[in-house]
Amino acid sequence: MIRLENINKSFSDRRKVVKALQDVSIHVEKGDIYGIIGFSGAGKSTLIRMVNRLEKPNSGRVVVDGQELTDLTAAQLRKVRRKIGIVFQQFNLLESKTVFQNVAIPLILERADKERITKRVHEVLQFVELEDRRDAYVSQLSGGQKQRVGIARALVTAPSILLCDEATSALDPKTTESILQLLKRINREMGVTILLITHQMQVIQMICNRVAVMEEGRVVEQGSVMGVFSRPQATVTQEFVRTVIRDQIPESITELLYSERRNYWVDRLKFVGSNVKKPVISEICHIDGVEVNILGATVQELENSVMCIFILQLIGEDDRLEEAEAKIDQAGVLRERVVTS
Amino acid sequence: MEEFLEMKIFKVSVERLLLNGGQTLYMVGCSLLAGTIVGFLMALVLVLCRKGGLTENRILYQVVNFYINVVRSIPFIILLVTIMPLTRAIMGTTIGSRAALVPLVVYISPYLARLMENSLLEVPPGILEAAQAMGASNWQVIRYFLVPETLGSVVLAMTTGTIGLLGASAMAGYCGGGGIGDLALTYGYEKMNTPLMVFTVVILVLLVQLLQIAGNRISRKLREHR
Repeated sequence: MIRLENINKSFSDRRKVVKALQDVSIHVEKGDIYGIIGFSGAGKSTLIRMVNRLEKPNSGRVVVDGQELTDLTAAQLRKVRRKIGIVFQQFNLLESKTVFQNVAIPLILERADKERITKRVHEVLQFVELEDRRDAYVSQLSGGQKQRVGIARALVTAPSILLCDEATSALDPKTTESILQLLKRINREMGVTILLITHQMQVIQMICNRVAVMEEGRVVEQGSVMGVFSRPQATVTQEFVRTVIRDQIPESITELLYSERRNYWVDRLKFVGSNVKKPVISEICHIDGVEVNILGATVQELENSVMCIFILQLIGEDDRLEEAEAKIDQAGVLRERVVTS
Repeated sequence: MEEFLEMKIFKVSVERLLLNGGQTLYMVGCSLLAGTIVGFLMALVLVLCRKGGLTENRILYQVVNFYINVVRSIPFIILLVTIMPLTRAIMGTTIGSRAALVPLVVYISPYLARLMENSLLEVPPGILEAAQAMGASNWQVIRYFLVPETLGSVVLAMTTGTIGLLGASAMAGYCGGGGIGDLALTYGYEKMNTPLMVFTVVILVLLVQLLQIAGNRISRKLREHR
């Protein structure tokens, strides 16, 4: 649906050249909710603007819905842009207009007739649950309502792609959640492919099925959300994952460990998807000479599946412990030894 | 009726007062209208052609920018005299309220352009980005995004411009354009008719007050949703 290939982009002012994007390739399939995460300055905003060509790449290909965007004329480009909705962090609504007028603008630009505009605006406002505020002015709305108007405006032309530029970053946690649920509904009920950028891992965790991690203009890691969350490779990815998933031993427990005189190892186990059902822990408990102590555990819902993390203290002689670890590995559970006494 | 027109106020007939008052309104009104249109076009050029603007064009920007600076640095009374050949070429004469419109428009449009340039620059860049992302043509960006978002400040700019024009029209009046300035100087100052001069000053003060109040009201009405 969206294919970016080997995109390079640099900005230059008098003093220096900033490489905003370096050899970036991503591929968004139809029906995806694809998240791009990175700290500010990682190049996410530039990347998302490649898709509707608000930014022009220095080199590389941009293909949207089978159409190469790289060398379109201004008129052709305008036509393509009308099929790609975009939602902004700062909403970018017209303050001099009502909710209805704001949502109607894309249709007015297309010179749609009045009747169609009224009908269609009514539909999308109903979808975003703002029908009762149609005559309000933007300044009379809350942040969440403003973003709903922004979303309605992006959807009014029934686009097949919706771009979200930090759509929830200016909102409080509760509002963020309701906007994310709305995006999920748009994806499911309207079949709209969503590409979003964010610096909040919660956003990726809650609604995305695929994710790309960006750092200093490069994509350092990409894949399914479950894959990236369970096995983060790059340091920056690990940092992001840690913001939503606690997989470290709590400090108060580390202190308790120091007082342990017996021989022990600490292992971190990750159960992903159907693995969750495997009775691994009970099995290792039955090994003679192995004592199991659960130091911590978390459960995360991802992509409609789950990931459980257990931090286990295994007490016993080394050969016994090795046997236990072998059992864990056999079951296909991701294991990582974090402490050896 | 005739009696009323011949009635004297401060030793001047009511007919003369009304005539000169009307000339001022004519000069200010027409040059404001034309000046706003020309000024707005220049402001658009400045905003759209500037670096990073929608249709970046350094040369056009520099030309308009320079023109505005040049005209704005010439005192009106000098401008009035300097461009007399232009005035004659356009109006066929350099005398009368109609001829005075040429220097007035030349004078006020760069002034309004600067004021409106500021208003246009106040529109958040994000709005323009949103407009482009929706596939708006440049004309549509102006028509549906820039104009509605700046209407309130444009009215304020016009109010300020009108008050400037009132002063300029008095000078133009003295050079043969008629109007309140002509009244105050020819009939007041030169005939040592101090009461008439005081009277015109009072009228001018009241007029400016009224204009400012009206401008603020309209602007607030247009901007009350922001």
